Amino acid sequence: MALGVESTGRASIGQKTLRTDRWWLAPLRIGVILGFFVVYATVRIFMNKWYWVDEFHYLTPLYSPCVTESCVPGSSHLGTWFGEFPRVIPFSIITFAVLAGFRGTCYYYRKAGYRSLFFAPAACAVPEPHKKYTGERKFPLIALNLHRYFFYGALVFGVLNVYDGIQAFHGEDGGFGIGLGTLIIWINLVMLWLYTLSCHACRHIVGGRLKNFSKHPLRYRYWTFVSKLNPKHGTYAMISLVTVIATDAYIMAVSAGWFSDLRIFN
Amino acid sequence: MSYKGKFRVWRGDSEGGDLKDYEVEVNEGEVVLDVIHRLQATQAPDLAVRWNCKAGKCGSCSAEINGMPKLMCMCRMNTFEEDEVVTVTPMRTFPVMRDLVTDVSYNYQKAREIPAFTPPADLKPGEYRMQQVDVERSQEFRKCIECFLCQDTCHVIRDHEENKESFSGPRFLMRIAELDMHPLDAADRQHEAQEQHGLGFCNITKCCTEVCPEHIKITDNALIPMKERVVDRKYDPIVWLGNKIRRRGA
Repeated sequence: MALGVESTGRASIGQKTLRTDRWWLAPLRIGVILGFFVVYATVRIFMNKWYWVDEFHYLTPLYSPCVTESCVPGSSHLGTWFGEFPRVIPFSIITFAVLAGFRGTCYYYRKAGYRSLFFAPAACAVPEPHKKYTGERKFPLIALNLHRYFFYGALVFGVLNVYDGIQAFHGEDGGFGIGLGTLIIWINLVMLWLYTLSCHACRHIVGGRLKNFSKHPLRYRYWTFVSKLNPKHGTYAMISLVTVIATDAYIMAVSAGWFSDLRIFN
Repeated sequence: MSYKGKFRVWRGDSEGGDLKDYEVEVNEGEVVLDVIHRLQATQAPDLAVRWNCKAGKCGSCSAEINGMPKLMCMCRMNTFEEDEVVTVTPMRTFPVMRDLVTDVSYNYQKAREIPAFTPPADLKPGEYRMQQVDVERSQEFRKCIECFLCQDTCHVIRDHEENKESFSGPRFLMRIAELDMHPLDAADRQHEAQEQHGLGFCNITKCCTEVCPEHIKITDNALIPMKERVVDRKYDPIVWLGNKIRRRGA
């Protein structure tokens, strides 16, 4: 039995797609970036080192908050909540689970993943290779509906990252100081917050679920604010992915002693 | 500035057909539909094509141009190189009737399955009162011209004929979202969207938004908000519990 665009009764054209543009370029590009991030993050969380620069109080976002007794001295500025982790368990596992969960269930990344990794579809009017399609109605994809809970988690981690950012204003003599690392951390913070606040679940929670905006003027204002950010959610998602990697790589390099931090003040 | 444009137009019916090559005069400022009309007038008088307003407002001349779902009347010829072959086929999600004309009755069937606007039982005609701020969100969806390009490009039915029965497509899920966001609509649209119209099939890959000639943000403003409303009802225990305790409508 013919399937898809070759189904009985439809125009018999013979070619799966007649698109002449480079429709494969965008999913390929996004797929490479996502693949790189997955490999990089996996390697980094299993390294369990080079995440803290004691001299300037730089803590990478991939290990924030560091709350186990396995953490290097000074990096647990929120205290130690857990004992020592076995070597096989990364001690940033909770951070990673929440942040990967937030991005993995995000509506933008779902689009990117379906297009680039699952070809469902790779591009518009390009046939997908799957014989059957059930969408997000069954396990495991039905779990993507938990996105809002990861959003709540991302909000908490976002606040913790701001605390880390304030700690990063630490000078060589122990007082106030600014280095290139501080700037990178704050650029990353801004991008992370733009990504988090522009989230579709956030838009729904602050006011989207209402039927009558006129009865909730404050929530309408929140919704209007998030609605202005929301069209750029995908852009913020990709930029913040790059800034997280850049921030982590910079702190890793300084922590490992590959180069020293460029100091602007103290 | 005129030139001879190279065209490949699908000719045939539900029994079969193929792409035929034509050379047709193209003049400055023309759109694909102008050239199709010239082709009909000069070389292929039996070419079947559905059209009406020539202004992107009636939604009749939907087709696929170089593989992308588009309105022929809104696709300008100066977006192609002069030596480029322009391929025009009927929409590939619906049964073909003849040449560029398809049978879009699937859409009318789905439209009929959506209950009309349902005001509260105690509200009589003439008593409807609402504020602009409450209705303007769903007014974006009223721009829809029902060209069905979003339905045509949606892979859920384009690539899986068997899903047509249980999935209504972006145009009609947007209609349900419009009603659900309406301040005076009292029907249960969320359950209906998920269980009867297949909202869960949508994997928000945004092709409907990409092809919409009215630039309606179908995915961001209708489908995702509708999915979140369904999450409130079906998948979020905290919201469910909160609604039970407070018993307060939003």
